[in-house]
Amino acid sequence: MKAVAWCAPHLVRVEEAPDPAIINPRDAIVRVTSTCICGSDLHLVDGFIPFMKPGDILGHEPMGIVEEVGPAVDPDKIKVGDRVVVPFPIGCGECFFCQRQMWSCCENTNPKPSLGETMHGHATAGIFGYSHLTGGYAGGQAQYLRTPLADVNLQKMPEDLTDDQLVFLSDILPTGWMAAEQADIQPDDTVAIWGCGPVGQFTLRSAVLMGAHRVIAIDDESSVPERMQMAREGGAETIDMNSEDVPYRLFEMTGGLGPDSCIDAVGMESHGYHFLGSVYDRVKTSLMLETERPHAFRQAVKCCRKGGTLSVPGVYGGFADKIPLGAIMNKGLTIKTGQTHVHKYVPKLLDEIRQGRIDPSFVITHRLPLSEAPHGYEIFRKKQDGCIKVVLDPAA
Amino acid sequence: MSTVVSKLSDKGSINVARTERLISGALGSALLLTALSGRGAKRLTALGVGSALVYRGFTGHCHAYEALGIDTACGATASDLDRVGVEVSECFLVAKPVEDLYRFWRHLGNLPRFMSHLKEVEALDERRSRWTAAAPLVAGGLIQWDAEIVEDIENQRLAWRTLPESSVDHRGSVEFSPAPGERGVYVRVELTYAPPGGQAGRWIAKLFGEAPEQQVRSDLRKFKRLMEAREIPTIEGQSHASCYGLGQLLHS
Ligand SMILES: NC(=O)c1ccc[n+]([C@@H]2O[C@H](COP(=O)([O-])OP(=O)(O)OC[C@H]3O[C@@H](n4cnc5c(N)ncnc54)[C@H](O)[C@@H]3O)[C@@H](O)[C@H]2O)c1
Ligand SMILES: [Zn+2]
Ligand SMILES: [Zn+2]
Repeated sequence: MKAVAWCAPHLVRVEEAPDPAIINPRDAIVRVTSTCICGSDLHLVDGFIPFMKPGDILGHEPMGIVEEVGPAVDPDKIKVGDRVVVPFPIGCGECFFCQRQMWSCCENTNPKPSLGETMHGHATAGIFGYSHLTGGYAGGQAQYLRTPLADVNLQKMPEDLTDDQLVFLSDILPTGWMAAEQADIQPDDTVAIWGCGPVGQFTLRSAVLMGAHRVIAIDDESSVPERMQMAREGGAETIDMNSEDVPYRLFEMTGGLGPDSCIDAVGMESHGYHFLGSVYDRVKTSLMLETERPHAFRQAVKCCRKGGTLSVPGVYGGFADKIPLGAIMNKGLTIKTGQTHVHKYVPKLLDEIRQGRIDPSFVITHRLPLSEAPHGYEIFRKKQDGCIKVVLDPAA
Repeated sequence: MSTVVSKLSDKGSINVARTERLISGALGSALLLTALSGRGAKRLTALGVGSALVYRGFTGHCHAYEALGIDTACGATASDLDRVGVEVSECFLVAKPVEDLYRFWRHLGNLPRFMSHLKEVEALDERRSRWTAAAPLVAGGLIQWDAEIVEDIENQRLAWRTLPESSVDHRGSVEFSPAPGERGVYVRVELTYAPPGGQAGRWIAKLFGEAPEQQVRSDLRKFKRLMEAREIPTIEGQSHASCYGLGQLLHS
C-alpha cells in the first residue's frame, strides 16, 4: 500500500509499505477513504516530539470502510463493510479511565508504557501515528490501517453524509468541542482563543454554540489572513498578535477583567511576541534543554480573569520553562487540558451534523491525493496558499 | 499500598531527571528514541536497578528503602530467601470482578499468558505444579521446578512456593483486595526468588535478564490488560515504511 512515512525531522515521504495484517484477535483492517493532516503532525515533522522512528507511518484522522475483522471482534458492533470514523486515541472501554469516558487516558492500549511513565509519570492511551510515546501505532495517512480493539474504537457512520462532513469526528471537531466545554462557559462570559488553525476554528464555533457572550480569536493577520477571516465568519472578533498588543486589547475589551476563559489552541510551537522572548525558547528548544515554546500559554495565563479557566487543547510533550506559576496560583486559575476523549463526543457531534447545526467541512481548503502528502505538509506547515486544512485521498 | 506507592514515585522522580539529562544530550530524535526504548534503555536501567538489586541481594540492605523510611522489604530475617534473594512487590488496579481475577490466576496454566519468562505451568494435582521457565543463559535454555500452593483463600489470596527439593528457591503470592466503590480490585503480587548456593546476581540475571522489578511490573500489567481488554496490545508485526532502509533497521 501507499503510506506517508516519517523518515527524519522535516522529511516526510510517500512510500510503499506492506499492507497491514490482523495481529490481535480484536483488530480490524480499515480501507481508508479520507485522511487529514493535523497541527499535531507538524509537531512530529518539526521534531518537537522526539519519539519517532524512521519508517513510522503518520496520520491520526482517518475514516474508511472495514475490510477485515479479527476473530474476536464483536459482530454486533463491527462488521466487514461498515463505514467508520477512527478516533485518534485508542481505548479499551473497560479500564478505570475508559469507564469514565476519559478515553485518551486508557490504561491498556499503549504497548510501551515505560516511555510515558518515565516522561510523564504515567503512560496515556495508544494513538495512531503519533510517536512511540503513545505506543508507536502505524498511522492512518495510508491506504489501509490496522485498528486494535475495533469493536470499541471504530465509530459507525451513516451512509447519507459525506466523508468531508464526517472525517473530522476523528479528532479536530471533538477537540474543538472539548476545548470549549472545558472552558466552562457561562452565559455572560468572554472567551479568548489563541490560534485560528483548524482546532481554533472548531473551538470558537463551539464556544459560540455554547452561548458565550463574546468570543475573541487571536492569530497573525499578516501570515494567516484567511484564518482570521474564517474566525470572524464563525462569530468571533479577532486580535492580530502582530500589530496589536494582545493583553492590552483583551483587558480593554473586558473593562480590565480579562477573558473569563482562555483557550490555548496553539500548542508547543507557538510564535513569540518579542525578540528576546522568542529567542529564549528557540535557543533552549534547539539545545533540547526545553521541549516546547509556550508563548501562547504564558500569555493566556497573564490575560485570564482572576478565578477564570484555562483550557489547553494545544499539544505539549515534555518540559517548558518560565511557566508563570505565580500568576496561576495568585489569580486562582483552573487549568483543564488533555488529548481529546474522542469517543465520548462522537454520538453527540454526529447528531449535531445530522441535524445540520454543524457542518465541519468548511475548514477544508485543500484536497490532495495521498501521493502529494509532502506538498500538503509543506503548505500547511508554512501556511501557504491559504492552507487551513488538507484532506488526503488514498485512492486517488 | 504505601510500600508500592512510595517505590513507584521514587522510581518516577529518578527517571524524569535521567530523561531530562538524556534529552539535553540527545542530538536527534531517532537517536533519543533508540536510547530510551531500545536495548540502550535496558542497559541504562540495568545499571541502576540491576546493580542495586544485586547489591541488595548480597547484603540484604536497600538504601532506597532506607531513604524512604521503608523497612518492610529490606530487613534481614532468618531465612536464606530473605537474605540473598530478590523480592519484588507490585500492585495494579484491575476493573473486573474479583471472582474472574481469582479464577484466572488459580488456573496456574494461565500464568505463562502474562508472565513472560514462563514457558509452561502444569498442574500435577490440586496443590502441586511443575513450572518451566525460559532462561537463555542456561544450558538447554530452560529451568524447571516444582511448586505447591501453600495458601488458597478463594477470591482473596493465593500463595505458592517451591518444593524443598527444587533447584530453585521461589515463593510468590497474589492478593486481591477490594478498591473503593466501583473501582475494582487491587491485585498485589509479591515474588521472592533466591538462588541456589547464594549466587544471587548471576542466577537472577539468567532468569530475568537484568531488571526483575521491571519484569514483574510488566507481567502484572499484562495480567491487567488480559483481564480488562481481553488481549495484550502490541505493534509487533505492524507495517512500516522503508525510508532508505532505516525503517527495517530500527523496527526489527
Ligand atoms: N488536544 C488534542 O487532542 C488535540 C487534537 C488536535 C490538535 N491538537 C493541537 O492543537 C494545536 C493546534 O492544531 P491546529 O491543527 O489548529 O494547528 P495549526 O498549526 O494549523 O494552527 C496553529 C495556529 O496558531 C497560530 N499561532 C502561533 N503562535 C501563536 C501565538 N503566539 N498566538 C496566537 N496564535 C498563534 C498559528 O499562526 C496557526 O494559525 C496543535 O498543538 C495540535 O497539536 C490537540
Ligand atoms: Zn489531529
Ligand atoms: Zn481503557
